[in-house]
Amino acid sequence: MSIPASKSKRTVTFDCDVITMAHGSGGKAMKDLIDAIFVEQFDNDELAKLEDQARISIADLSKIGDRLAFTTDSYVVYPLFFAGGDIGKLAVAGTVNDLAVGGATPLYLTCSLILEEGLAVADLRRVIVSMAQTARACGVSIVTGDTKVVERGSADKMFINTAGVGVIKSGTAISAAAARVGDVILVNGSIGDHGAAIVASRGDLAIESDIESDCRPLSDLISNMLAVCPDIRSMRDATRGGIATVLNEFASASKLCFKLDERSVPLKSEVRGICEILGLDPFYLANEGKIVVVAPASSAQTLLQCMRAHPDGRDAAIIGEVLPAPESMVIVKTIFGGEKILDMLVGDQLPRIC
Amino acid sequence: MCLGIPGQIVEITDPLRNLAKVDVSGVKREINIACIVDQDHPVEKCVGDWVLIHVGFAMGRIDEGEARRTMELLNELGEAQKEMEAMQETQSKL
Amino acid sequence: MKYVDEFREPEKASKLFAQIETLAAEVSGKLGRPVQLMEFCGGHTHAIFRFGIEQMLSKNIELIHGPGCPVCVLPRSRVDDCVALAERDDVIFTTFGDAMRVPGSKKSLLQAKADGARVKMVYSPLDALALAKQNPDKEVIFFALGFETTMPSTALTLLQAESDGVKNFSLFCNHITTVPILQSLLDAPQFSIDGFVAPGHVSMVVGEEPFEYIANRYQRPLVITGFEPLDILQSIVMLLLQLKEGRALMQNQYARVVQKRGNHPGLSAMAKVFELRDKFEWRGLGSIDQSGVKIKDEYARYDAERKFPVASIKVEDPINCQCGEVLKGMIKPWQCKVFGTLCTPEQPLGALMVSSEGACAAYYRFGNVEELLVQKENYLAKGK
Repeated sequence: MSIPASKSKRTVTFDCDVITMAHGSGGKAMKDLIDAIFVEQFDNDELAKLEDQARISIADLSKIGDRLAFTTDSYVVYPLFFAGGDIGKLAVAGTVNDLAVGGATPLYLTCSLILEEGLAVADLRRVIVSMAQTARACGVSIVTGDTKVVERGSADKMFINTAGVGVIKSGTAISAAAARVGDVILVNGSIGDHGAAIVASRGDLAIESDIESDCRPLSDLISNMLAVCPDIRSMRDATRGGIATVLNEFASASKLCFKLDERSVPLKSEVRGICEILGLDPFYLANEGKIVVVAPASSAQTLLQCMRAHPDGRDAAIIGEVLPAPESMVIVKTIFGGEKILDMLVGDQLPRIC
Repeated sequence: MCLGIPGQIVEITDPLRNLAKVDVSGVKREINIACIVDQDHPVEKCVGDWVLIHVGFAMGRIDEGEARRTMELLNELGEAQKEMEAMQETQSKL
Repeated sequence: MKYVDEFREPEKASKLFAQIETLAAEVSGKLGRPVQLMEFCGGHTHAIFRFGIEQMLSKNIELIHGPGCPVCVLPRSRVDDCVALAERDDVIFTTFGDAMRVPGSKKSLLQAKADGARVKMVYSPLDALALAKQNPDKEVIFFALGFETTMPSTALTLLQAESDGVKNFSLFCNHITTVPILQSLLDAPQFSIDGFVAPGHVSMVVGEEPFEYIANRYQRPLVITGFEPLDILQSIVMLLLQLKEGRALMQNQYARVVQKRGNHPGLSAMAKVFELRDKFEWRGLGSIDQSGVKIKDEYARYDAERKFPVASIKVEDPINCQCGEVLKGMIKPWQCKVFGTLCTPEQPLGALMVSSEGACAAYYRFGNVEELLVQKENYLAKGK
């Protein structure tokens, strides 16, 4: 099913140090850029054809499942390179995860770039290499794309948009509204790592820390999970707004109460340190490699063990349960036994986090 | 605004400007320690001290002895409460 | 985390809650009404809600949230002044995060930023000073606000600027003092608070004496309190014990940080740099004598108010804003006519709904808003 790797390796020399307006004009400069960097790195026959569109056999897709999953995301993270990842890895992982959490097998991605005049080619190359590596690691191909260059000051170095398609197996029915009373809530590891890593990487708050972003594709973990627990009810990746946002989405859609036990939510001590110093709430901090899962209680232990056996789920934990009331609310039992409501985030904890 | 967090001084980075590196749960930041430096506690001797950090300044030293005393008091209060509960229980059984 | 986790241990908490239950029943029995304790400081308000303490307390005790949140008491006119300064081409305006969303009469600093003003959030005034050194062609103004807790850091930064010879740095000084506002509350005839959970970090700077004065003069027990949940619970036990035994003393629960004489280097930096203003405007509370500080003449070159024109036009709060009554503890946040309806965190009318330490924001964020709105309707209907 995967697009075979390109058989003829063309080496196109590309000597420019910085991106100029010419690289977005549609002329020779742009063609050289595309050949030397994008086609070279993304390395697949379909892209190498450089038609205006990628063409994918419907018959082939129908062999995998009965629905097309289709998603898009834009990435504007600052800084471009941060501990544990970069904008490229983020773009591929983020879009792959958006497909995988719906139960889809992610297959093909687009890569549309908006580059700022003056961007260092070395940085662009580094991002594209990272995208290629991440795509290869989870078996997806980047089959079509676009490049635009805007004047200096009209964009901040680089913005990426990706669209992704995948196929959902017949019978899979994961949705935000599917939770039932008695279900359990799980996460695949510690929360807030990405947000904390970005804060530390930004340098303007002068925080030194070893914390790394958890940015990664989770399609492999999720496929293992669905194999042992095909009746997972709801699943979403918790990006901007943290797990609090996903939980509120689930609670609103299902009209049930999602109750967490604060003590069982995994949290790295360094992330806690950053939150205590800056007054941030880890429930609202961004993640880029964490999913919130709702599953029937009967499958809880099997699912947990399956997650913990996978490198992307070592610290997985059951963090709460679904109750009938109060309707559409997320409640946290604090370490004291008191209860508080975890509402939707108002305002912006940290801008341009992903 | 009252957000103060305890941290441990791990290094003096600029003695003339009273700057030190503090560790909070593995996260480090440079802070100003002018408020906790005095004749009994010159800058160089501050490494290892636990301080309360607030907006980039160490605003007070955390006294280990007092912290222990507070903890003991909390324990005692808990013990006193247990005794009261035990007394009440025996009372109600009578 | 040392000095944090041990003060959050749940088993000790449950015993303290039980003790509070017993004592509160006894004291409220004697009073014929629930015991009313005021926790003055925004940091305490935040901790109480964050750990779900309020609802775990027995109904024989009520926690009243006081005006100790410097962002909450910032008058609109001063916010307008901030916006005006930030909108200058030659200025980079730096501020703590919370102050960015407080509404002025036309816009907040956050909105000004969206409109193109150079507004930068900083964690420390020292970051603002560093920014000044990096941007010699602009004036970097630091929005200095807070009670005595933050005065030493502002003062020391100004002195560092002087020592480093930095010329393009100044402060827009909105620091306020604790004792005058406490006195103003206690002098009001309808004020009926039985005891105070006093601000631990203010005391860390100013010492025990100012609070001893309050306890003695107004004959109310007052406990200087730390910010972890066990600190707050212990302090409530101490206050209830005093009330039970008919005492009215200052006690220091936060002795691991607060020293009797306060912080000498901090106080001395403050004395060098600041002096009291005759009066200062508090949002919702009016003008209070000697409650604010300004920068001394010798340091005028670091005073944004003297370097730049600052209009300080007094702007009345909207008629339906009841921030003042909430700040004085006269009504609970959900009893305000516009709580949760016209005034929400997304569209705040008053500062109490903006700041993470504001009582209204705390109730809205951590409480059951629908239930609170029903309670509000019932309360307002009774008043008619």
